[in-house]
Amino acid sequence: MATRNLHRFANPARFMRLAGAALPWCAGATAVLFAAGLYLAILASPPDYQQGETVRIMYVHVPAAWMALFVYVSIAAASLAAIVWRHPLAELYAKAASPIGAIFTLLALVTGSLWGQPMWGTWWVWDARLTSVLVLFFLYLGHIALMDAFDDTARGARAAAILALVGVVNVPVIKFSVDWWHTLHQPASVLRLDGPAIHPSMLAPLLVMAAAFTSFGALVVILRLETEIARRRARRLAAEGAGG
Amino acid sequence: MTGPLALFRRDLRLALRHGSDALAVVAFFAFSAVLFAFAIGPEQLGGVAAGAAWVIALLSVLLSLDRLFQADYEDGSLDQLALAPAPLAAFVVAKLAAHWLATAIPLLFAVPAIALLLRLDHDALGALLVSLALGTPTLVILGAIGAALTLGARRGSVLQALLVLPLEVPVLVFGAGAAFGDPETIETAVTVLGAMLMAALAVGPAAISAALRAALS
Repeated sequence: MATRNLHRFANPARFMRLAGAALPWCAGATAVLFAAGLYLAILASPPDYQQGETVRIMYVHVPAAWMALFVYVSIAAASLAAIVWRHPLAELYAKAASPIGAIFTLLALVTGSLWGQPMWGTWWVWDARLTSVLVLFFLYLGHIALMDAFDDTARGARAAAILALVGVVNVPVIKFSVDWWHTLHQPASVLRLDGPAIHPSMLAPLLVMAAAFTSFGALVVILRLETEIARRRARRLAAEGAGG
Repeated sequence: MTGPLALFRRDLRLALRHGSDALAVVAFFAFSAVLFAFAIGPEQLGGVAAGAAWVIALLSVLLSLDRLFQADYEDGSLDQLALAPAPLAAFVVAKLAAHWLATAIPLLFAVPAIALLLRLDHDALGALLVSLALGTPTLVILGAIGAALTLGARRGSVLQALLVLPLEVPVLVFGAGAAFGDPETIETAVTVLGAMLMAALAVGPAAISAALRAALS
């Protein structure tokens, strides 16, 4: 039953219709959420009593890091669907989402570095959290490069799907690195069993920014998927034209 | 299980007859140590020797895996192995075992000489050998995943390195951690190295055979 539902969305034509309908909503939500999130994060939220104004970097850094992981997990899930059920859209999704995840990872690394310089006194430390996120970035780069390394696109997609699944071992390492090792990076303060350890005046802008990042990610993924489907259709039509 | 065993014997025999291949890897290993010695200078060399030995061992293993499946892929043996009644993963294990015996064992024999070149402390040699003996099989498995994924790719070897090096970071961290021989952490590091080998043995052959099937289809 679940597989049948999965396959209802495998038809690219149906997906294009749905995506076309969802796209303006996504774009609107992204604009509204970013406007609200940036206002809350930059103007309406208080400076931290220790970190001062630099705490505002957190409102970009944390959502970017969440998205970096979320996009990777979604690519791995899509890769599983692509390998097990030969789901055609899952394969396209992995191709469309991978560069976006890489950019989010880079954003998390760069903003973290900008925050680390005034707070820790250094741009970079080799602790487990930073290292495992750097590994994630290189996994993304490898995934992108592997997908593009073959003349046969199907072969590249299969190889990249296997790589994405192998790379899943890195995900728990990133999540729990702050608990397993004594890292300089602080442990989780939002997703905790005993409730968030962050003041509501800072939690609200953080969550709005996270929602803004998510809807921005969805927007770009849909755009890239539409482009890829259109490109493949154009290539097929050109091949048919040349053959006929 | 006669098929995988026969493949194991064939690969080992091939490696022994083309002994120069394994020798080239050892030569690369040794000469990289020379490069490290020149670049770092004799004073600080002893302090970084264990880490340097691990880095060049890792790169040597990676280089040796470059064309692991290439010959079988080109002459069609790989198609036959995929069609054989025994699971492809069993053939993969046989191939990797033969490769580890033919390339990593000579590397381990070269380690004492490398340790001398790098001015490694004599007492630390044992820890380095143990960590490399436990770590190189994991490196072979991870490298083979990269070799299988990039089979038939343009610029395969650079891509293989890009795919495999991030995955090998934890092995290097704990391997070098064990090799530096800090008595407080060595037990943990060796245990984690063993655990990573077990995990790689459990997941690696399945991933490699899936990648090989993707290359054949």
